[in-house]
Amino acid sequence: MKWEIDESKQIHPQLVEEITKRIINGFYKSGDKIPSVREFALEARVNPNTMQKALQELEDKKIIYTKRTVGKFVTEDPNIILKLQESMIDEITINFINTMKDLGLNETEITKKIKEKLL
Amino acid sequence: MIEIKNVTKTFNELKAIDNVSLKIEKGKIIGLLGSNGSGKTTLIKLITGLLTPNEGSVLIDGNKPGVESKTVISYLSENNALDLGMRIIEILNYYQDFFQDFDREKAIKLLNSFDIDLNKKLRNLSKGTKEKVQLVLTISRRANYYILDEPIGGVDPAARDHILDTILTNFNEDASVIISTHLISDIEKILDEVIFINKGKITLQEDAEKLREERNKSIDMIFREDFKC
Repeated sequence: MKWEIDESKQIHPQLVEEITKRIINGFYKSGDKIPSVREFALEARVNPNTMQKALQELEDKKIIYTKRTVGKFVTEDPNIILKLQESMIDEITINFINTMKDLGLNETEITKKIKEKLL
Repeated sequence: MIEIKNVTKTFNELKAIDNVSLKIEKGKIIGLLGSNGSGKTTLIKLITGLLTPNEGSVLIDGNKPGVESKTVISYLSENNALDLGMRIIEILNYYQDFFQDFDREKAIKLLNSFDIDLNKKLRNLSKGTKEKVQLVLTISRRANYYILDEPIGGVDPAARDHILDTILTNFNEDASVIISTHLISDIEKILDEVIFINKGKITLQEDAEKLREERNKSIDMIFREDFKC
């Protein structure tokens, strides 16, 4: 899978987002072992310390956990993943609505547009 | 740690390095970034002991550059110092004799990954392939510091990724890697820290992520802005 990284922004939040996305969409499933810091850093071609920072953040949020000497795993708590999914969907939807409003569309027009494109 | 204190190096009247002080900690990948002629190579040669400063001091893990520091620093120079008539396999023997920390197995594995024929003479390789051989030799030592002077200058963009992968995979976690280059956009994602050098002076030494956060730009853009001609 490809890592799209925008170098004009801080890199570690982008890594957090990408890995979160992969957990939400099931690329890494609940309980799966995920790559090590080094493997991930190599895959994304980023600095290992930056990747370490991203994984630490995911661990602080309890999205992943470390089994000593074995590696890092995706949380086995389905609620955490569900909540992540919801918050990501909310965020994308709100961003979309705000962009549409900035372009001058009202609520009826936005709903109409979505329905039109969903067909 | 490498500690450079108030170092000045003068060639004739010209100050190639002008009162530079900096510290390089272990476990980091550091970009020494500057345009051609900014003093990158001179600074590196002062660290490796190929040049001695007119003023100031350089300490590597507490020692002045010399026999001891040569065993902890693995240096990829800009100019090829190897005998062009040697076959690669002979160069491996030579390295093994010369450097106790040289990992021959690893070097062979890496050369294979670059599709380099061990029986070829250095003379018969392209510029890019020669650079790859040099890089493999440099990172196949188990050193504390890897100093890579323009490691990707001569290779095509497609091979650059493979070289970066090789650098990322092959140094140990406690070691530091100093990469000097003017090709910033190709390497900036793998850097912990950046050092900007211009006209022999250090104009900035900062954590790469912090810099991006503060300026909302890539290191490449920041560099271009700071050194606009």
